[in-house]
Amino acid sequence: MPTMVAETARSKDNRTPGVLARLLRRPLAIIGFAIIVVVVSAAALAPWIVPYDPHEQFFEGLTIEGAPLPPNSQFWLGTDLVGRDLLSRLIYGARTSLIIGVVANGIAVLIGSLVGIAAGYFRGWVDTVLMRFTDLMMAFPALLLAIVLAAIFTPSLWIVAMVIAMVNWVQIARVVYTETRSIAERDFVTAERALGAGAGRILFRHILPHLLSTIIVWATLGIATTVLLEATLSFLGIGVQPPIPSWGNIIFENQTYFTSAPWLVFIPGAAILALALAFNLVGDALRDVLDPTQQGRH
Amino acid sequence: MMAYIARRLLQTVVILLGISFVTFILLYLIPADPARQIAGRSATAQTVENIREQLGLNLPFYEQHMRYVGGLVQGDFGRSYLQKTEVSTLIASRLPASLLLMAGAITCELIFGLTMGIVAALRRGSRTDDTLMIASFVGVSAPQFVVGILLLYVFAVKLGWFPIGGYGTFAHLVLPSLTLGFLGAGWYSRMMRSSLIEVMRQDFIRTARATGNGRAKVLFRHAMPNAILPVIAMIGIDIGLFMSGIVVVESVFGWPGIGQLAWQAIQRVDIPIIMGVTLVSAFAIVLGNLLADLITPLIDPRIKLR
Repeated sequence: MPTMVAETARSKDNRTPGVLARLLRRPLAIIGFAIIVVVVSAAALAPWIVPYDPHEQFFEGLTIEGAPLPPNSQFWLGTDLVGRDLLSRLIYGARTSLIIGVVANGIAVLIGSLVGIAAGYFRGWVDTVLMRFTDLMMAFPALLLAIVLAAIFTPSLWIVAMVIAMVNWVQIARVVYTETRSIAERDFVTAERALGAGAGRILFRHILPHLLSTIIVWATLGIATTVLLEATLSFLGIGVQPPIPSWGNIIFENQTYFTSAPWLVFIPGAAILALALAFNLVGDALRDVLDPTQQGRH
Repeated sequence: MMAYIARRLLQTVVILLGISFVTFILLYLIPADPARQIAGRSATAQTVENIREQLGLNLPFYEQHMRYVGGLVQGDFGRSYLQKTEVSTLIASRLPASLLLMAGAITCELIFGLTMGIVAALRRGSRTDDTLMIASFVGVSAPQFVVGILLLYVFAVKLGWFPIGGYGTFAHLVLPSLTLGFLGAGWYSRMMRSSLIEVMRQDFIRTARATGNGRAKVLFRHAMPNAILPVIAMIGIDIGLFMSGIVVVESVFGWPGIGQLAWQAIQRVDIPIIMGVTLVSAFAIVLGNLLADLITPLIDPRIKLR
């Protein structure tokens, strides 16, 4: 008898292969993964793979008239307004985007999940206070809030990350809240409570595992939002400050010359698009794979 | 229903009060000194002090906030520090441009988003479907300022079809609307696609087809009226996204709306304008959400408004 049970369990396992395996069956997810791997390795290996120092202003990086060079054999992606190598700046910019994407979004996911779980599980006044505050934040025009916050603190890499986190936790809080509420009302939680389990045990052993897939999906999609918000703030000149290269501030520095030196705007722009797209593709595929109610493409 | 709307509007007032309070705290923390800013570089300490007193900037911040809310109740948003004009006048003069842009953007979103969504749903699983869905992902992942500059570069600079920026004619409206619509079209097409697929599965659609109605008739008379509701509800929620978008898009295209007003005010620490625009935007967002919630019971009558 026990062998039979084990066998059924195993055969069931075969029918539902691991999340990663199912992800890798989706061409769009593979494209997304590939882009992320390229950007992450470029960022990690930046000091060893950049052709030039990203801060060095090359004399031969400008024309006689002092104009930036378009892409050529020496500077593969051309040079910027002061003769720096665009490719090298782009590679270092990948670090900025990823650091902010991971740190800012990590904090946002952490705050959002804590708020959502606390409000959804404890109900009562905790629920009222936290969720009314979340409603308030939902009504805040996000970019205006981020701009005002960035204006208060002198922007550095970490401040920009904090600002983005303070704006972006709201949505995940709402999603986690709704889900925690419905899980907390299910029979197995009531049973566990009747057996005398404390709030900590119920939350961490029983509720959190059920929330994990939602949190993973939102954390992935959130990186895309974060990358875009960082780029936008830097483009407005209040995000990551030069000389630290960021894809957004490269465009900010060079935007007035977009008619004569379009590569300085569109190459970093394409990089931002590619990275945001990659996380959106992977996040969407994860949602399909992890959420059994949305199984298959309907 | 009326009671529900009344209660929601009351909540709106509370939310706006909360937002004014939070914004006030944040602006209070900005290190720049507005009084010094107004007085100018050459002003004496005495002048700066006088201005501070006049504007009530020397009061503790909750008193300042009380004064501000007191004004708000009478429809007074205060005066701009630098332009010496009523904030309500400034916003009223900029609002039509932003509303026009919003109308243009929503038109673009709906035209592109719905078409893409419907085609993808009808050709589900095909190459066309895949291509359209990739396009929608690109739409939601593209930074708006880059899309704006790209459209300017191609259609204004290279082809010369549209003006490079500014405001006034229909031609001025096209590129900024497309820029804002590009993002929205991505969301709407995905929404439209899944909503239409959901409806097309229902029994009444099969019945309609079985009783001899043509494909087009079933699509437009039977399926679409049901499938489009969630998409319309989305417009309401979308307003928040739009309010963020206009700050960037208006600055790229030199569009004289409230987004640009806010951005200039932030750079000059003109606090009353920042407050005013934030509140107006928040009001628009809350109204949009209310609209979305009012549509929900139409989508599914089992959902009761509470």
